[in-house]
Amino acid sequence: MKYAYFPGCSLSSTGIEYDLSTRETARVLGIDLWEIPEWNCCGASSGHLTDHLLSLALPARNMAIAEEAGLDVAIPCAACYARSKNTELAVCNSAEMRQEIEEVIERKYEGKAKARALLDIIANDIQAEVIKEKVHKELKGIKAACYYGCLLVRPLAVGFDDPEDPQSMDNLVKSLGGETVDWAYKTECCGASCPTTVPETGKKMLERIFESAKNAGANCLVTACPMCLNNLDMRQGQVEKTYSKKYDMPVFYFTELTGLAFGVEPTKLGLNKHFVDAMGLVNEVLKADGRRETA
Amino acid sequence: MKRVGVFICHCGTNIGGVVDCPKVAEIAKDYPGVVYSVDNKYMCSEPGQELIKKAIKEQNLDRVVVASCSPRMHEPTFRRCVENAGMNAYFMEMANIREHCSWVHASEKDKATEKACDLVKMAVAKAIMNKPLQKATIPVTDRALVIGGGIAGIQAALDLANAGHVVDIVEKEPSIGGKMAQIDKTFPTLDCSACILTPKMVDASSHPNINLITYSEVEKVEGFVGNFDVTIRKKARSVDMSVCTGCGVCMSKCPSKVDSEFEMLLSKRKAIYTPFPQAIPNKPVIDRDNCTYFKTGKCGICQKVCTLGAIDYTQEDEFVVTRYGAIVISTGFEQFDHSVYGEYGYGKYPDVITGMHFERLINASGPTMGKIKRPSDGKVPKNVVFIKCVGSRDVAKGKSYCSKTCCMYTAKHATLVTEKIEDSNVYIFYMDVRTGGKGYEEFYNRTREKYDAQYIRGRVSKVFKQGDKLIVRGEDTLLSQAVEIEADMVVLATAMVPQADASKLAQKIGIGYDKDHFFTEAHPKLAPVETHTQGVYLAGACQGPKDIPESVAQASAAAAKACGLLSKSEMLTEPIISVVNESICVGCGLCVPICPYKAIDLKTISERDHGKTIERLVADVNGGLCQGCGACTVACRSGALDLKHFTDQQILAEVNALCL
Repeated sequence: MKYAYFPGCSLSSTGIEYDLSTRETARVLGIDLWEIPEWNCCGASSGHLTDHLLSLALPARNMAIAEEAGLDVAIPCAACYARSKNTELAVCNSAEMRQEIEEVIERKYEGKAKARALLDIIANDIQAEVIKEKVHKELKGIKAACYYGCLLVRPLAVGFDDPEDPQSMDNLVKSLGGETVDWAYKTECCGASCPTTVPETGKKMLERIFESAKNAGANCLVTACPMCLNNLDMRQGQVEKTYSKKYDMPVFYFTELTGLAFGVEPTKLGLNKHFVDAMGLVNEVLKADGRRETA
Repeated sequence: MKRVGVFICHCGTNIGGVVDCPKVAEIAKDYPGVVYSVDNKYMCSEPGQELIKKAIKEQNLDRVVVASCSPRMHEPTFRRCVENAGMNAYFMEMANIREHCSWVHASEKDKATEKACDLVKMAVAKAIMNKPLQKATIPVTDRALVIGGGIAGIQAALDLANAGHVVDIVEKEPSIGGKMAQIDKTFPTLDCSACILTPKMVDASSHPNINLITYSEVEKVEGFVGNFDVTIRKKARSVDMSVCTGCGVCMSKCPSKVDSEFEMLLSKRKAIYTPFPQAIPNKPVIDRDNCTYFKTGKCGICQKVCTLGAIDYTQEDEFVVTRYGAIVISTGFEQFDHSVYGEYGYGKYPDVITGMHFERLINASGPTMGKIKRPSDGKVPKNVVFIKCVGSRDVAKGKSYCSKTCCMYTAKHATLVTEKIEDSNVYIFYMDVRTGGKGYEEFYNRTREKYDAQYIRGRVSKVFKQGDKLIVRGEDTLLSQAVEIEADMVVLATAMVPQADASKLAQKIGIGYDKDHFFTEAHPKLAPVETHTQGVYLAGACQGPKDIPESVAQASAAAAKACGLLSKSEMLTEPIISVVNESICVGCGLCVPICPYKAIDLKTISERDHGKTIERLVADVNGGLCQGCGACTVACRSGALDLKHFTDQQILAEVNALCL
């Protein structure tokens, strides 16, 4: 299994744990990730607010390089995925648009290289049995509220799962031996664009998510989006202060949990880099009696 | 040489304002065969028709070309006109220089005139090739079949029966009554649905001209207008109808309980059951899928308690073939399955119900004796949210059309909640409020003003559970503001869709249906109850969403049409049908599946070939079924099929006249 790998800007900065854990997980699962050489930013979100063609052309260049290599593109970040998938669809749906894009990027891109969300690949392409075989340490004690956010499964043409009640991540966490909760906010927006512009609105949006997850009995959130994680993790303290509440809810990338279950050292996954302490829960999992003999 | 007369109509200024009619008449004089050509202000008027008749006699014409409007309206007029002058009606040919010319080329008068000349030239060429055609007669069986025993079917049957015709109603459920029997109150008068329906059900069952064939389905339809041979499957009832008195002891003793379809699965019925207490016929059937005796061979309690010996486990489906002159289809509707709406919980939350569930909850004979209670815990809801257009007007997940009845029944539900539950609050999310109909707008206004229902313009984005409440989140687009309501119960106004097997029935009978599987009428305005298959009529919601008054009106209209057909012992048939040239037909059968009216079959003929008698297959057109669409003539590889009055020769003559 080989994919062109498009980490995107976040994964080399604020979302470095996502990159670390993605590479570790891929290594265990035998997924060969070929990082697209000289990749550029996908343009989210400023690109598509500026110019439609720009928003399609930016990801198109990355996709074109992957197409030249004959590979589909594995994309961890939800925003990068949405932008790249939109480009792929635009190229496939309109010959005129394709021509326009090809002129701008000065490369051929026929829409043959497909944009794939990393979650889709790991949770849906790889069989649950295969994942279970690789589990070294079951995620005992994890009660995850799987949070897909607003971009990953919407709209229907772009998404790969049920847009109202997605299950990919839930199924993955269950395969890893963790529990998931049924909750109502798994596809609500976290308001990542609000904190600096309309902070009160942003905090309210976050509060609802934490509240709903907590009421559903979750002890952590799991995401597939560096913007969501950043927002949920970094601003949890502010929300707690504003609303006089206490959540203490670590936020994980799904790859971090996958890596952890596969027996990868927590620090190699970046689990020590979180704002809301994640190591407490991680250590509980590691201490719990859930060791499996790996095949 | 044929003698053709050309008559150019001005249609006031409709044609005359664009096309230079006198010029067209002048030019037409030089077309081959034309011996007389004239223009007139209104050719369809009395003087115009006289002009044609006079010319036929004086000029000794044997062909007539009328260049005027579309043949849709006035072809019969001019056919009658030439017939009165002693000419065969099919020697008259029309050129459409209005819809096909003056109306669409109003800004290019010269070119329009040129095109009108061409159209006339083509019509002349075809008229010369036209053959005299004669109408034939076929006998008509004086018996009607009504498929579906809801309010539309009952009304159509009563009207037909009162006019003296024998009617059979086929109903797939064990009782007639349909959806109206499930409804509690009717808008806008709030009179009880059952109170106005059951007398009609009784009338139908006791009418000497009506036979009820319940728990039965149409299996096969053969034949044609006036002579439909219909095979009806009478499903095994397991109860001998001639012996059973409907005492109900079997039902009270039956040990197997099943969710009641009539009660929208909100309560139980027995495996031997009548769907509801006022059922007609009031004699039970055994639901074999859920009967312990049929599942395990043990039990047999119903047989033991029936003192009359009416229970018969050995009954089998019975097939009956009957000939009918006319068929009225009134199969009604089903509710759209809202489980595609994840935002409303995919049907997972028991307290998110549909309008029909709500009808049962407010019905005095329903599962809660008319007390509005939540299905989940039986609590009386205080805050009730109604969401309209669920499945309707939603091209992404549902249907493109408006289901027409939901605005009114939601208003009705809102009033009933307010009347029955003290201190209750009603919220209605809507896209538009559409209340066209007598007394409808007034009813809606009363719901808002007197009953204080909160109408919120906007869609609901999400319904989710929080504790034992349902949180309804949506947008009030008039205030541009998000709204969130803590509801105890949510009622979805789900779309009306045709029966799941509607398309199959349409195929059996040979009528058309649209993309949503509603049956297609022959003309949306001028033939709304007829179908393209002669002798088959439509009534009620099987043709499109309708409320009760509309369904009843359409049923009476369909009955009137059927009466017109059945009132004569024989009828004239249109001679424009396909014919087979058996000598070149190879019997490939390509025409058989292409015919939308199932008018073509293959038959075996024997003929002499090189001194031997051989048998071979050829196509055979049933003149009673053929509607003259011409699809078969295009499919025929060997050119053996030809449509009378539109023969290849006649069409080619037109093409030649234009192109050569």
